[in-house]
Amino acid sequence: MIPVEHILLLSAALFSIGVLGVMLRRNVIVIFMSIELMLNAVNLSFVTFSRGMDSMTGVIFIFFIIVVAAAEAVVGLSIILSIFRTRKTLNIDEFNILKW
Amino acid sequence: MSQIWLVPAFPLLGFLLNGFLGKRFGTRFVTFVGPLAIALSFAQSMVLFFQMLEAEGNVLKEHLYTWIASGNFEAGINFQVDQLSGLYLLIITGVGFLIHVYSVGYMDGESGYYRFFAYLNLFVFFMLILVLGDSFLLMFVGWEGVGLCSYLLIGYYFEKDSAAEAAKKAFLFNRIGDFGVLSAVMLIFLSFGSIEFGTINAEAASRLEYGGALVTAITLLLFLGATGKSAQIPLYVWLPDAMEGPTPVSALIHAATMVTAGLYMVARLSHLFVLAPFTMNVIAVVGTATALLAATIAVTQTDIKRVLAYSTVSQLGYMFLAMGVGAFGAGVFHVMTHAFFKALLFLGSGSVILAIHHEQDMRKMGALKNKLPITYMTMLLGTFAISGIPFFSGFFSKDEILWKAYSSPLGGPWLWGVGLLTAGLTAFYMFRMIYLTFHGESRVDSHTAEHVHESPLSMTIPLMILAILAVIGGFFGVPHVFHLIPNGMEYYFQGFFAEIPSGHGTVSTEWTLMGVSVAFALLAWFFASRLYHSGFDIASGLRSKWESLYQLSLNKWYVDELYNAVIIQPVRLFSTHILWRLFDQNVIDRAVNTTADVARTVGNSIRPLQNGLTQNYALIFTLGTFLILWFVT
Repeated sequence: MIPVEHILLLSAALFSIGVLGVMLRRNVIVIFMSIELMLNAVNLSFVTFSRGMDSMTGVIFIFFIIVVAAAEAVVGLSIILSIFRTRKTLNIDEFNILKW
Repeated sequence: MSQIWLVPAFPLLGFLLNGFLGKRFGTRFVTFVGPLAIALSFAQSMVLFFQMLEAEGNVLKEHLYTWIASGNFEAGINFQVDQLSGLYLLIITGVGFLIHVYSVGYMDGESGYYRFFAYLNLFVFFMLILVLGDSFLLMFVGWEGVGLCSYLLIGYYFEKDSAAEAAKKAFLFNRIGDFGVLSAVMLIFLSFGSIEFGTINAEAASRLEYGGALVTAITLLLFLGATGKSAQIPLYVWLPDAMEGPTPVSALIHAATMVTAGLYMVARLSHLFVLAPFTMNVIAVVGTATALLAATIAVTQTDIKRVLAYSTVSQLGYMFLAMGVGAFGAGVFHVMTHAFFKALLFLGSGSVILAIHHEQDMRKMGALKNKLPITYMTMLLGTFAISGIPFFSGFFSKDEILWKAYSSPLGGPWLWGVGLLTAGLTAFYMFRMIYLTFHGESRVDSHTAEHVHESPLSMTIPLMILAILAVIGGFFGVPHVFHLIPNGMEYYFQGFFAEIPSGHGTVSTEWTLMGVSVAFALLAWFFASRLYHSGFDIASGLRSKWESLYQLSLNKWYVDELYNAVIIQPVRLFSTHILWRLFDQNVIDRAVNTTADVARTVGNSIRPLQNGLTQNYALIFTLGTFLILWFVT
């Protein structure tokens, strides 16, 4: 049996990779994927705790997160698609028309 | 059940039907509904009047609805018919009905026909509420309501500047009076814990000290309200301007009914007023002064309706003189006879005005006697009545007032003397009006003169009925000295008003005074006939001798100019320089602008944070999260 700490460390590493991806990458699709990575890192820690504490609550939470993530993916990808149609680019630094 | 509520319900229904459906259903519908509503109301008033005479204590009461109930204060919609409101009911609905019928002819073809009748119905409704209410609260609803209708009807031709101005003036002057009424009602509530007329009259003597400061303040404030509504010095100036409204309105609202509301209030609270002898003296003096001032203005006016308007102010002054010397019954008697003959005179003038195509200037009238025979005859009877020619209605009521002014312990020879002078002036300017309008050479322009013809029956029949009333109306109150029939008014009002100690004076004095006033009236008639039987020519010779006095009277003693200089201009200057330039611009505007400036400055300084780089936001977001976690753990 893999110790809980190892899985939690893996989860934290995945989450950090996601955060760095959001902050450093310029491609919107990649940023989007990084956000999915963060969500799944959280899912991983949930399932770990759920097993460690022998409770189903964490697992139920995961289902909610997966549903919300699916909805978010739909909305997010549509936004990205429509931005791409008007701006002809996926570089996030050029999405700056809302600044002062 | 006496069903008092039906009396105001009919006019209200008439207002709703005319106001909301009148435009769609056309003039025939309005012609049917408007007068019918008042006729039904009049019929019910008659029934109630006789029930009231039979009833125990001569009072009918009806509780409709509890409006306000708070602690031990309760005010409801309660109607009450007693001697005073019963008589007012008959005057309002009776004269009101005749004027509605007259309006059918007078307003024929006007574009706002339905609007006119809707307002007129609404006015009758509010006037009935005013006299039926058994407490100040309901009376005040009617009080404000008639003010509103007066405003709407004076401004009936609102596209005309002068009419809109006159309507505003009437409303504002009435507001000054309303301030007095409201303050008085609050003081009354503080001292009585109730605002019901019955309670106030019954407990006034026990709760308030005779001649004390409190009762004097209350009654003076109430009288301020009465001067607004009933056009007395200092608030009378709106009434002559109110003649901008259509003539039936002048007859109904500004002569027969609404302007007597102030007198109604004083008569209603007679037991309160007699406790304040100072106020009574003020009322008598103000009434007499108003009567004289208005009469001196009326003698030189050339607009036929203005003559009648000042005559109304003058006659209202008479009524207040009666109230002020404690002769409440005589005052109300004059209210009644005045309603008859002044409505008649106004409607007659309307008939003249209509016949010569909306010309009101007496300099363009003359010799209309043969062309308008019915109008002439009825107006002549009205003039006899108002001038106090013996055995016409005005003779009885006016002499009753003059006698009381002389003999009452609150009166005196001075009040009587000024009243007598006013009576002479009244006869003079009324006969002047008759001669200038109906006698002499025609000054109507020839084009119009060809088309002059008598008014339709819908207008002449009300004139004839009112003329009959103006002739016989006085026999309800024949003075005792005649020993003919008992004094009906005195019997009718027995025990209703507060009693004051009976006056001095003997029967022979009363005969003498009566003889003097009749002689005075006849003399004034004689002068008027000598001066004006053939137009203005003879009078203009006299005029040049007294040019300055003439100008003073013609320009209404410059009272409007005085008010303008003393009140309006200072208020306007104060508002412009202090309130607007100093306070509004420097304090309020500056506070608002400073708030906006602060927000803008702060916004400018932190605006660069929003630089459009999404990943900057993400960085700050993440750092913030770490910061929070660091603080929490």
